[in-house]
Amino acid sequence: MKHLLSIEELTTTQLTSLLDLTDHMVEISGRPVPKVPALRGRTVASVFFEESTRTRLSFETAAKRLSAETMTFNVGTSSVNKGESLRDTIETLAAMGVDAFVVRHKSSGVPRMITEWTDASVINAGDGWHQHPTQALLDCHTITRSFGCGNDLSGRTVAIVGDVKHSRVARSNIRAFTMLGAEVVLVAPRTLLPPEFIDWPVRTADALDDVVGDIDVLYLLRMQRERMDAALVPSLGEYSARFGLTSQRARQLKHDALVLHPGPMNRGVEILVDPADLPGSRILEQVRTGVSARMSVLYTVLSGGSVPPTGGAE
Amino acid sequence: MAVDRRAEVLSATDVGRALTRVAHEIVERNSGVAGLVLVGMQRGGVWIAEELARCISRFEGQVEVPVGSIDVSMYRDDIALRPVVPAAVTDIPVDITGNTVVLVDDVLYTGRTVRAALDALLDHGRPRAVQLAVLVDRGHRELPIRPDFVGKNIPTHLSDEVDASMTGVFVVSTSIEKAAGKRAAS
Repeated sequence: MKHLLSIEELTTTQLTSLLDLTDHMVEISGRPVPKVPALRGRTVASVFFEESTRTRLSFETAAKRLSAETMTFNVGTSSVNKGESLRDTIETLAAMGVDAFVVRHKSSGVPRMITEWTDASVINAGDGWHQHPTQALLDCHTITRSFGCGNDLSGRTVAIVGDVKHSRVARSNIRAFTMLGAEVVLVAPRTLLPPEFIDWPVRTADALDDVVGDIDVLYLLRMQRERMDAALVPSLGEYSARFGLTSQRARQLKHDALVLHPGPMNRGVEILVDPADLPGSRILEQVRTGVSARMSVLYTVLSGGSVPPTGGAE
Repeated sequence: MAVDRRAEVLSATDVGRALTRVAHEIVERNSGVAGLVLVGMQRGGVWIAEELARCISRFEGQVEVPVGSIDVSMYRDDIALRPVVPAAVTDIPVDITGNTVVLVDDVLYTGRTVRAALDALLDHGRPRAVQLAVLVDRGHRELPIRPDFVGKNIPTHLSDEVDASMTGVFVVSTSIEKAAGKRAAS
């Protein structure tokens, strides 16, 4: 696998081997010295045209644990502000010797465009409303390992609650959860469901109360305040009343149900309880797993060579 | 067309005897089992480490020698050349610092995996000493590495493959055409 642009492009086998490899990275991350020499001499450049400190730090930590060199391209202080084109930026960085670009951009499809301008690997760290594949990977790992169910989510129901329409996290996760066999329910106001959801293998519900007692995983999306301006929901208060996780709804959850959130949380909007009080909360576990899942992706795209693997003994 | 020829060099009984002897040698060399940790290299060395521990507890009485396993994929020197997929997750159940670790593998060949295992092991602590036990030494070393305990020395051709398991040790010889390019195997 040379690039990771979208969950859609992965086979189920590729997805499960990334999850299995993440187990190794979790072991490495738990050591007193969490570092292995695997990617020594490789350079990973994080190029974030849309700021996201946590995702960028997670990738950079992952690269460092694998002994790769890291390079950070800070759009705010760069020549992008002097009118340099995206392509020139990438080609300039590539000329410095970059083996993998980790790209975040507000427009869908930018990571794919970049693959045509460089020989380096490209990892999509979020593009527009399109995809955020490493988030899906860390979520799948968090969920499957919490349940101890291998890589199999069949018979489990995941509710994704909130602004599905503008969410790359939702698009990646719907695909990934479904590939592992889970049933996905989208819980959102109609105005926040994208028109194409009709073709997705999902159910929908109009209020969190309709599903809260039956689900195995409650996946809360971040409700972006700027959606108010577009008049897609009447008010944040009304949104919370129907879709927020209140303490009353938290009590209705199954005793082993998990609660996940990709962060950053809007306390008082989509989550009205302290996650520390939720036994099923995996929100910090997601952050921890994020580093390991990204190690797994970096290792996979950067370790492969053209020489076939050997089955012989040493 | 390549023709594989598969020759048995050790029977299941021979493997059992060889491991029993190696187990005795380990205990003899270390004057007992105090501070001893057996670490099997993924994948082929793990069952051997477990078997050695069973042998030792059989003749030493009530002792349990800790057994771990180590995956060395992330430490290999050929990661950039070929896809290297780890096997099972590393599991070293005790602190190895100050203890004597016996690294265990099925077949010793170029020595590159052992080199990687030494680096991997040292990331888990600082053992007092590291020793190497292998079921088969097939020669063709590429690094200055030598085993402390050997089940059986088996001279092989570079193009041969050695298949070692509890059911016996087999040398699979292939014709020259198919063998071309197999040199890098390690």
